[in-house]
Amino acid sequence: MATTLEPTLDVSPLVVGGREFRSRLLVGTGKYKSNAEMIHAIEASGAEVVTVAVRRVDLNRASEEGILHHLDPEQFFLLANTAGCYNAEDAIRYARLARAAGFNEWVKLEVIGDTETLLPDTAGLLEATRVLAGEGFKVMAYTNDDLITALRLEDAGAVAVMPLASPIGSGLGMLNPYAIRTIKSRLKVPVIVDAGVGTASDACIVMEQGVDGILMNTGIAAASDPLRMATAMRMAVEAGRLAYLAGRMPRRETAVPSSPIAGMLGS
Amino acid sequence: MIQPPHAGEMITLMVNGAPRELAPHSTVAGLLGSLGIDPRLVVVEHNRLILRDRECYATRPLSDGDVVEIVHFVGGG
Repeated sequence: MATTLEPTLDVSPLVVGGREFRSRLLVGTGKYKSNAEMIHAIEASGAEVVTVAVRRVDLNRASEEGILHHLDPEQFFLLANTAGCYNAEDAIRYARLARAAGFNEWVKLEVIGDTETLLPDTAGLLEATRVLAGEGFKVMAYTNDDLITALRLEDAGAVAVMPLASPIGSGLGMLNPYAIRTIKSRLKVPVIVDAGVGTASDACIVMEQGVDGILMNTGIAAASDPLRMATAMRMAVEAGRLAYLAGRMPRRETAVPSSPIAGMLGS
Repeated sequence: MIQPPHAGEMITLMVNGAPRELAPHSTVAGLLGSLGIDPRLVVVEHNRLILRDRECYATRPLSDGDVVEIVHFVGGG
């Protein structure tokens, strides 16, 4: 009973750029040990949006297959990323290549500024967002947890702003809940936390901040058992969303009894 | 009368960063065919112009020195 009731308790679907998505969990497709493992994990996650990268076809290994041999574009919403791009020009080029594949005009925009931390180049990100939004792209912008950048990305036409919980692939969880809450409270467009979630409790705590969704890849793909972790992440995102909607009790530093004080024996 | 191309008549293109020899008057469709690539699963960029319309593959000629990029979707986050 509870398991069937649970999803219906979140009455509002995730809406980004005027489109409804059935899950607040968005997942990547990288780093899996096999394509079969990837598909099973993604199905277990319940995600509708799956990210993919744009790369050269390897002409020397004709048997090497693209991900579309395994991922049904009818079943999932393909969100191309610009991962690996270190300036606005490259990111724009990759986004245009992805759109030419013919699925949609959405892009998870990354302009990376540093190879060690993979933190974003926010100036390049803003520039690319402006250009691509002007060309009709639905830009979901991967950024840091800086409020001012988030506000400027919204102004530049991003349909969603995606601050990191912690660096890509780090699994450190949310390092600055205050910054994430501040961004969420100030933006009109959806805020989807992208990167850094390492386990289910991380995902739950992120969703409890009131953000609209989470995008993750390594947290599932690098688990010892991705299928189990994908299931845990699905439940954690739902739990965190419900807890946010439910409104948590106030924190207090003194105990308050849960049982009546009156009616004790001998009183 | 059509002569079979001699070695000297072959054209050389840069395809995905590596030189590749093709017969003269080759097209994008011919290149993909020779590589065994399903055109529906890739995107082609020809001399930095993205070919958004796959219909043009069959007629778009390739010339000596052209730069072609053939990309597809792979796993990523």
